Amino acid sequence: MKTYILKRVLISLTTLLVILLVLFTLLQLMPGSPFHDEKLTDAQRALLEAKYGLDQPVIVQFFRYVANMLQGDLGVSYSISKNTPITQLLQTRLPTSLRIGAQAILLGTAVGLLLGVVAALKHNSFWDTLCTAVSVLGVSVPSYVFALFLAYLCGFRLGWFPQLYQMAHPLLSSILPSAALSVFTIASVARFARGELLEVLGSDYMLLAASKGLPKPLLIVRHALRNALIPIVTVLAPLVVSLMTGSLVVEKIFAIPGVGSLMVQAIQSNDHSVTIALAFVYSALYIGIMLAVDILYGWIDPRIRLAKEDGRG
Amino acid sequence: MDKQRETERAADGKSFAWRSDDFQLYGPAAAEADAVFQAPGFWKDAWIRFRRNKGAVFGLICIIVIVVLSLAGPALSDYTYYGQITQQQNLAPRIPILENLGIFDGTYILHTTTGDVVRNGYLEQGFGDVYYWFGSDTLGRDLWTRTWMGARISLYIALVAVLCDMAVGMVYGLLSGYYGGKADLLLQRFAEIVNSIPSLVIVTLLLIVLAPGLQTITLALILTGWVGMSRIARAQMLKLKQQEFVLASRTLGAKPRRIIFREILPNSISQMITNTMFSVPSAIFTEAFLSFVGLGVPAPMCSLGSLISDAYRVFTIYPYQILPPVIVLALLMMSFNLLGDGLRDALDPKMKQL
Repeated sequence: MKTYILKRVLISLTTLLVILLVLFTLLQLMPGSPFHDEKLTDAQRALLEAKYGLDQPVIVQFFRYVANMLQGDLGVSYSISKNTPITQLLQTRLPTSLRIGAQAILLGTAVGLLLGVVAALKHNSFWDTLCTAVSVLGVSVPSYVFALFLAYLCGFRLGWFPQLYQMAHPLLSSILPSAALSVFTIASVARFARGELLEVLGSDYMLLAASKGLPKPLLIVRHALRNALIPIVTVLAPLVVSLMTGSLVVEKIFAIPGVGSLMVQAIQSNDHSVTIALAFVYSALYIGIMLAVDILYGWIDPRIRLAKEDGRG
Repeated sequence: MDKQRETERAADGKSFAWRSDDFQLYGPAAAEADAVFQAPGFWKDAWIRFRRNKGAVFGLICIIVIVVLSLAGPALSDYTYYGQITQQQNLAPRIPILENLGIFDGTYILHTTTGDVVRNGYLEQGFGDVYYWFGSDTLGRDLWTRTWMGARISLYIALVAVLCDMAVGMVYGLLSGYYGGKADLLLQRFAEIVNSIPSLVIVTLLLIVLAPGLQTITLALILTGWVGMSRIARAQMLKLKQQEFVLASRTLGAKPRRIIFREILPNSISQMITNTMFSVPSAIFTEAFLSFVGLGVPAPMCSLGSLISDAYRVFTIYPYQILPPVIVLALLMMSFNLLGDGLRDALDPKMKQL
């Protein structure tokens, strides 16, 4: 277990370093310098460059960059909000985005599990068909189409929820975006839970447990669900990706002041330092979550850990 | 039993043996019993299973219809996708014969805070014989033509995704699996690192360096799309390369190239085809998403994503403008998913539970 965790952590760190190297190279390739003022003499420019460490070799600059990024100093925005540290821009945005993402995951997992479990227990019934239909639709239709639909129907026509995000009502106005983002989660969790549970229900140990005379509810909760739900951790990876890309568009549609809309704004206004910093934030988040999932999964189910240790060695 | 041995054994008297003329077919059934029925080949068998799956057939038909319409659709209309008629902005859908039935007659309902108003831009502005089948947009362009032009882009992206899966992912996985050892280790680490960078990040970074446009999106898809496929190809290779037919081929002196592409590839092609079908919707989604954010094809070209993005700005006033691209996009992605499901069940019946 220890070597497994160590290996995963090392791979994650390498990946992060590679990403930082790419980002740093991109920054180096950008035209212009921070001191592009005609009034500056060469001596003054040299002084400034010495002050900011730009006279150092590229390698030194790179390691300083890595140190800064890892300590949370993400650089400064140039055009969205001139000379504002990006960390400051993120201060209010990151919690909003994370909250909406977490709500979407919670809502999606709860509804998806319920749907999948009911579909598997009542195999080939109305619920089963509904589950299949929902999972095909949810996987196929992009989340922003759902966002537009919800914004139009529940926001504009029915007026149940605010159509645009309101800072004064953070909870009420995050319901529609979370719902739109959760559709993909619902679909994939439902599909997976149904498949796994069906397989477990048909297994020999379920037959054994039933023939021992366990009451059905206990049988399902203690034996079937437990074994069926562990592998659902694996669907988390594609879910996180879809939530990230989904959040960009959904935040734009609902005008949510989050990281996604900041990213869109940065891309559209060519504020490269913000784009690159956010790329780092997204990568770090993603790698962190993947690492957590991998370790969690190895911890829950020893079979996976062993297989991975053997197979990948 | 061969004849000689048969007679020998019968001759020694101790044991009993049947002679070949002890058995004779009786009556007219003789001809029928000998008839050899052709076993359905692998692909025919798969096709029979595929046809039984209603969803998959529906998906296939949808894809064919969308392909035909995206090729022929723009030519059917008198408008071009870039031509603007500035007087004819925001007209609702109007189709010649259907308008007499009370649908698609150019009316739409405007929802305002003071109540709903039924409006008809054609009558109000006196366009007697002007028809926009899907309506016109805020710049006075025909949405029918634009929707099908946009669908062309999505289909092109689908093609790119398939080619990328086949050319990059499959070859990468097969080679990595076949050679194993250090090469495999290196290639797998690289794939792992690429896979742990969110594709969103790769795509946006590429767009910083290169100009937004179709080439950049294509490149981004090629860079990010191959990892999933390479894993499947590698797993297949590891499963198959120990089998006897590969050994036989190697004993006969086949070169690695022949073993990989002629022996192992055909034996694992069904899994790869299935996986390709599933990577198409995600590629289409990526393109639509990039266009929606404003990183897609430059104007006046359009894709389904950019059409949705344009229509989204006015969608509370003219909701009919957003419907055609949204419906075509959703249908296209759903069809590829259904087709993938159907192909998986048809080509590999054992996989059905997964």
